[in-house]
Amino acid sequence: MNNLGLIISFLVIGAGLLWFLLRALQGKEVERRIIFVFIGLAVSVPILFSITFAEKASPIVKAVYDKIENLPDGSRVLISYDYGPSMAPEVEPMSNAFLRHSLAKGHKVYLMGLWATGQSIAATAIDSVVRREFPEKVYGVDFVNLGYKAGNQGVLNVIITDIRKMYLTDVGGIDLDSLPIMDGIKSLRNMNLLMSVGGGFPGIKEWIQFAGDPGHIPVAGGSAAVSAPLLYPYYPTQLLGLLGGIKGAAEYEAELKRHYPQFADTPQPGIKMMGPQTLAHLVIMAFIIIGNISFFVARRRRG
Amino acid sequence: MKRKIPVIITSLVGTVLILSVFFPPAERMGEDFSIFFDIIAVFAFFLGGGNLVRIHGNKIYKKARDWGFSAVTLAGFFLMLAAGLFKIANPGGIAADVTAQGSLFQMLYDWIFNPLGASMYALLAFYVASASYRAFRAKNKEATILLIAAFIILLGRTPLGVYATAWIPEQFSLMQIPNLAIWIMTAPNLAGQRAIMIGIALGVISMSLRLILGVERTYLGTDNE
Repeated sequence: MNNLGLIISFLVIGAGLLWFLLRALQGKEVERRIIFVFIGLAVSVPILFSITFAEKASPIVKAVYDKIENLPDGSRVLISYDYGPSMAPEVEPMSNAFLRHSLAKGHKVYLMGLWATGQSIAATAIDSVVRREFPEKVYGVDFVNLGYKAGNQGVLNVIITDIRKMYLTDVGGIDLDSLPIMDGIKSLRNMNLLMSVGGGFPGIKEWIQFAGDPGHIPVAGGSAAVSAPLLYPYYPTQLLGLLGGIKGAAEYEAELKRHYPQFADTPQPGIKMMGPQTLAHLVIMAFIIIGNISFFVARRRRG
Repeated sequence: MKRKIPVIITSLVGTVLILSVFFPPAERMGEDFSIFFDIIAVFAFFLGGGNLVRIHGNKIYKKARDWGFSAVTLAGFFLMLAAGLFKIANPGGIAADVTAQGSLFQMLYDWIFNPLGASMYALLAFYVASASYRAFRAKNKEATILLIAAFIILLGRTPLGVYATAWIPEQFSLMQIPNLAIWIMTAPNLAGQRAIMIGIALGVISMSLRLILGVERTYLGTDNE
């Protein structure tokens, strides 16, 4: 079924593109709505036929995986949900994979957000990942949701020296001192790994500048593809690894699946979305070629 | 006085925050100022909310063009506000987390805000494709280089890039498309980004100095405002 879907996708889209290539040879431009139809097909057909590809983690993704994997069991990992619903389809697979991996390794996980929307996203992650896949994990012992505080990087500036100056309670109003997971935690400096998932401001960059660097704490991240190039200057010294866009998420999910067979049946939206992304990229490239052909033909005709 | 006090506050806070980085005795004061900043940031929500109501309320009152959209905006704003403030249908009651599963706030977030936001972002795929078709034309040398780089990155971000160049021997692995894409990101892109970042940092330092010394006062607005 997978192969049949792939063949049908290529035939439908390929035939259409060939038609427009022939028109381009006559110097004709393609209307915007035609491009929209092809992109619509390119993203929907792979979803309908569940087209997926094999993924292999690149070094920048592998570095994050290895860090979580090599931390001693029971290490303290903080995941910051620094994104909103608009970015969620692209970066949520990363935050869920980080959460899944950290809990599977037996780390203690602290959830928070520098974005107001992060609090709801963290709550959803607890419900969809922790409660379903790790029912044995206890809130306040194995994981905690600290929620959102206003102030962007100002929040980091404070919690790098004292978490309780910003967070007296968790998101549900429970006194932090009554939660066993907070024993021995004074500031971010007591964390073994900081992970920010997002792609805007405040985000990974602020975590590096206001927490990772001053506190000498390892920082890893997951970012929307459009923001990833801006973070490369920090890699690998200040940012130990980065998942860029759906491709990064798919690579991480593949790595997780390879080493943890129990996750073979868990949702892998990153891997699933690589089908539509691959085909959409191909369609965009085809239209760039078509556009250039019609451009050169038209220029030659003009003399 | 109206202008002097904000300038003095800015100079004082700026100086203390810089000192707190280099001199441990000033560290505590720096922390306190950071907390003040976080408290003030909370008030920005009131300001933002008030501004939203004022602007869209005016549009509805004057029946300005597309006032219907403003009505939807305000309805959504007040619905979310009420659901969050009064914790409507919250399983744990008024004292529990606003984002508790089953609460109206979380339901509105999961079933309305989340899909709407994702749909808006998904539309980008269509506009990126259309813009790429129109913009990526090999009109000159620079545009051609950009076009080639875009091609490599686009292919390198898909498994097809791996399949297409898997035949290249290991000693020439840099020529494999995924590795070429990584090289573009970690060499030319990195150099450009670092140059931009250093430029921005220098600009921020000089602007901060101007603010601390009271030379830059445009943030105060004009006397007429």
